[in-house]
Amino acid sequence: MRTRYYERDAFPPAVAELRRAYRVFVPVRRGDFHAFAEWDDSVRPDFDYRKTRVPPKGLVFPQSERLLVFSTDERDPEHDILREAPKDFPPQAVVGIRPYDAMAFRVLEVNFDTPEVRDPWWLRRREATTLIGLARADEDATMFRTENYAGPFDERGLDVIVYDLGRGYLAKALGEKGEAALAAMGGDEPAADALREVEERIARAATPELPAGRLRAQPAAPELPTGRLRAQPVVPLFEAEFWDEVAAPCLNCGVCTFLCPTCWCFDIQDEVRKQEGDRIRNWDSCMFPLYTLHASGHNPRGKKTQRVRNRFMHKLKYYLDKYDRGVMCVGCGRCVEACPVNIDIREVAARLNGFGEQVERHDR
Amino acid sequence: MTDYTDRLRAAARRLLGEGRVDCFIGYRRGSLPLAAQPAILTRAEQADSLIWDPSCGMNLAHYAVGRADRIGIVATGCVSRSLVALALENQVARERLYIVGVPCTGMLDAGALRRRFPGREAAAAAYEGPRVTIAFADGNEELAVAENLARPCRTCAHPNPVVADEMLGEPVASPAVPAVPEEAAAAEARSAAERWAYFCEAFAHCIRCYACRNACPLCYCPTCFVDESRPQWVGKSSDPTDTRTFHFLRALHLAGRCTDCGACERACPLDIPVRHLTSRLNAEAKAIYGFEAGLDLEERPLLDRYRPEDLNDFFK
Repeated sequence: MRTRYYERDAFPPAVAELRRAYRVFVPVRRGDFHAFAEWDDSVRPDFDYRKTRVPPKGLVFPQSERLLVFSTDERDPEHDILREAPKDFPPQAVVGIRPYDAMAFRVLEVNFDTPEVRDPWWLRRREATTLIGLARADEDATMFRTENYAGPFDERGLDVIVYDLGRGYLAKALGEKGEAALAAMGGDEPAADALREVEERIARAATPELPAGRLRAQPAAPELPTGRLRAQPVVPLFEAEFWDEVAAPCLNCGVCTFLCPTCWCFDIQDEVRKQEGDRIRNWDSCMFPLYTLHASGHNPRGKKTQRVRNRFMHKLKYYLDKYDRGVMCVGCGRCVEACPVNIDIREVAARLNGFGEQVERHDR
Repeated sequence: MTDYTDRLRAAARRLLGEGRVDCFIGYRRGSLPLAAQPAILTRAEQADSLIWDPSCGMNLAHYAVGRADRIGIVATGCVSRSLVALALENQVARERLYIVGVPCTGMLDAGALRRRFPGREAAAAAYEGPRVTIAFADGNEELAVAENLARPCRTCAHPNPVVADEMLGEPVASPAVPAVPEEAAAAEARSAAERWAYFCEAFAHCIRCYACRNACPLCYCPTCFVDESRPQWVGKSSDPTDTRTFHFLRALHLAGRCTDCGACERACPLDIPVRHLTSRLNAEAKAIYGFEAGLDLEERPLLDRYRPEDLNDFFK
């Protein structure tokens, strides 16, 4: 397992070496927020960032992707026959991705890589992607831990983990893809004290101190309360009375789903310009009524409460029951932060988890 | 402004307790500092969960639309204007509304506070008169609310409710504001090509989550044009043409109707200045027709009336 050490100033040039063999995506500042962007000469990476506003899931699962093309010209002998849209999947490295966003791809894969169906576009892009993660204990107050996010040093979703030690970075390869990337980045063997410091930092994060700025109205809850969810019978949860109250302030916009690194729902649309057609896959949101509208005009989730319920039940119960891989959430807190009306998944999880037993009400 | 919390709770308790209303729409404390959550109460004993402070920014009029019961609602100038506009468009019934008015001195801009303290995270916020104290891990910061207002609040000409069944306090003085909001004025100074370039850049990172549309109390169509599928008016991909079309049409659907509450901008997760488009249209409605939406229950909406003196240069 290759490990390398880079002085602080030497890290960006080492990452730049990757550009010879990969398309390299890095965090860049964009106004008040950060976003992943391809590192070309017009952008400057900022590895001191905390969290991007929009998650990097689009690097594997683009918001809009042309899948197939067709012609509607009847003189064309192949008219109306769908052909794969020509494209390639060059190797790409996502440098500076945080462990929760990397784990999100593991949460997503059960939808795109199943025994019955293997989504070719998602898989090829995922296969072409190397995740070089940034590990630093800087969780903010909207974040929490789940089975799919063990903390800022969680290396499960990564190909390389890069520990930020302040004066420099220590990088450790985690498998073949990581070995190849780290070999391309160059660098020196780390000294013993750097390795020791990494161990210390990991140990400290395992017993998290309450990060400054935790919620005052709630008990400190670095863990999302989910322990009883598995045993909860699904129908009473579905029929629980609290859903109307949870949904009442919801605007039914798509902020929570579009900013969620683990939301995977999509819609497929045909667009035709003159006689050339594209079949496009677009992110969709279970918050939108159109998402479930049947061709007959019937909508099985026509009411706001039904849609809100589905979002939380999918994340916290159906996913858990169906795949047995924890909840469909990596605790990034983006939905908590960006919801225009402050609907907080931690409070909803507490309601579901505590359903049926006497729990302290979250009177605020 | 915080002094209103007790009076607000008393009013809600009384209205619900006496059966004067079936529900009361207000705000309760959010789970994050600087956040308030809209709440719809149905029982008098819930009244103590209500709050009133400069984090109560999301427009509550949204929650009055489509309800068939008798509604109590706390309203600032902009919420009351939305209610007037909605009443004129038959989306709420004035006789089923009981409006508890609050003279407003403006709401905080959480985004501006984030910009002001980059990298620092608020742990708690406390409001005392015109000041807010924000607790950070490394110490407190005390700020004047008036210096950290949300953009629409900075140019608000109607801070007092335009209609109310009872008031929680004396009206505040309406600040002198420019006839044309700063954003609209800035657009005026640009050439068409510059305006187009600005628009394309400013809206480039829109993710089509429709938070701007959904937060807007005046966007109440049962099916929005972007959600129509037969026929489909707008493409659903992230193609810039479709994104721009959505924003243009959204703004145009609000021409002569927008009350400039800024809910659209407040809801946007990417801080896109979506209000620029509507504020420009508002400036035009005011300049040409002397019209501001949502001020008068007796005055028909701009696009619903004709006056002989209306501008008619376009008749050739």
